[in-house]
Amino acid sequence: MSASEWPLWEVFIRSKQGLNHKHVGSLRAADSEMALQNARDVYTRRSEGISIWVVQSALITASDPSDSEAYFEPADSKVYRHPTFYELPDGIEHM
Amino acid sequence: MDTLTQEKLEEKFQAKIDADIKIEPNDWMPDTYRKTLIRQISQHAHSEIVGMLPEGNWITRAPSLRRKAVLLAKVQDEAGHGLYLYSATETLGVSREDTIDDLHSGKVKYSSIFNYPTLTWADIGAIGWLVDGAAIMNQVALCRTSYGPYARAMVKICKEESFHQRQGYEIMTTLMNGTEAQREMAQDAMNRFWWPALMMFGPSDGESKHTEQSMRWRIKRHTNDELRQSFVDASVPQAELIGLKIPDPNLKWNEARGHYDFGAIDWEEFWQVVGGNGPCNKERIDARVKAKEEGEWVREAAMAYAKKHKS
Repeated sequence: MSASEWPLWEVFIRSKQGLNHKHVGSLRAADSEMALQNARDVYTRRSEGISIWVVQSALITASDPSDSEAYFEPADSKVYRHPTFYELPDGIEHM
Repeated sequence: MDTLTQEKLEEKFQAKIDADIKIEPNDWMPDTYRKTLIRQISQHAHSEIVGMLPEGNWITRAPSLRRKAVLLAKVQDEAGHGLYLYSATETLGVSREDTIDDLHSGKVKYSSIFNYPTLTWADIGAIGWLVDGAAIMNQVALCRTSYGPYARAMVKICKEESFHQRQGYEIMTTLMNGTEAQREMAQDAMNRFWWPALMMFGPSDGESKHTEQSMRWRIKRHTNDELRQSFVDASVPQAELIGLKIPDPNLKWNEARGHYDFGAIDWEEFWQVVGGNGPCNKERIDARVKAKEEGEWVREAAMAYAKKHKS
């Protein structure tokens, strides 16, 4: 990376009040303020958002996709965590 | 890595592709898949960026404030599209700076259409209608490409591109409803951009060296010739409706095929332009290099400012 190459930032946008911020892409900027301004210009030219988060990509810790089977297995093997696992007697329609 | 594990990994990878499961940046992928994507996505990014130059040429001379605002918005979109695609390229482990240097050194190409000059205002109409129209045909197909970040960028780009084609067609329609001189100007732009627009889909299937593997990996979902045919079929009625003639004496509806037949493409011209001998190749790259070099001090100053304010 040369002295003038700006760091990479990940951009998250809240599309409207009541919804989560959602990852939309990345961009390069010298600092957080510029990252916000660039995110506005690059990712919200058509009213896609009302709020933006930016975070330097290098600061994100991610799970390893090659481990994902073992990593998420505990959730897959516990069907009793879902309501469909249980039988309801006849006569009860909603629970 | 021993060959057995390598084979197993490739088998698993192809199974994922066949099941239409998207590949994401940190997933295992064959080296050639990665390289093919880096080449294709960076070429696509460069095309968006270089594509701003022929249209930017007319921003100051747009015939009305409305046309000027529209053209500015369109050119700004192209910059955005280039940026989405550079980000997508970076997810494959190459740096943005190296990617851009590869454009400037001529190692990586951009769409040859942008090596043609924009001589009249009608060219802005022809580019929006035909060039963006051809690009959309290609990009809609790429929304289902197997690499996640590329597919997501394409979805966003396609949403934004649809106004580009309409504004071009509107310019052509307005000219065709105008004076004799305006109709001639529109037809002249049509004559110059029709064939280069058909060339945008790339070499014929028999000649295209990457098509077969790219189809197997579902990077491409349709062949060059399939997309070119769809483009011709869609464009001919649009031209006829506003009174523009397609500059091809062999163009004819083929009832049996359910498609238009069209004349042979001058591939010699295509390879000449790809090879650097188009009317504007040098001008385009010079403009990009100049922008990078003259912006260097700004990027350095911004970094220095950021460092100073962090401490």
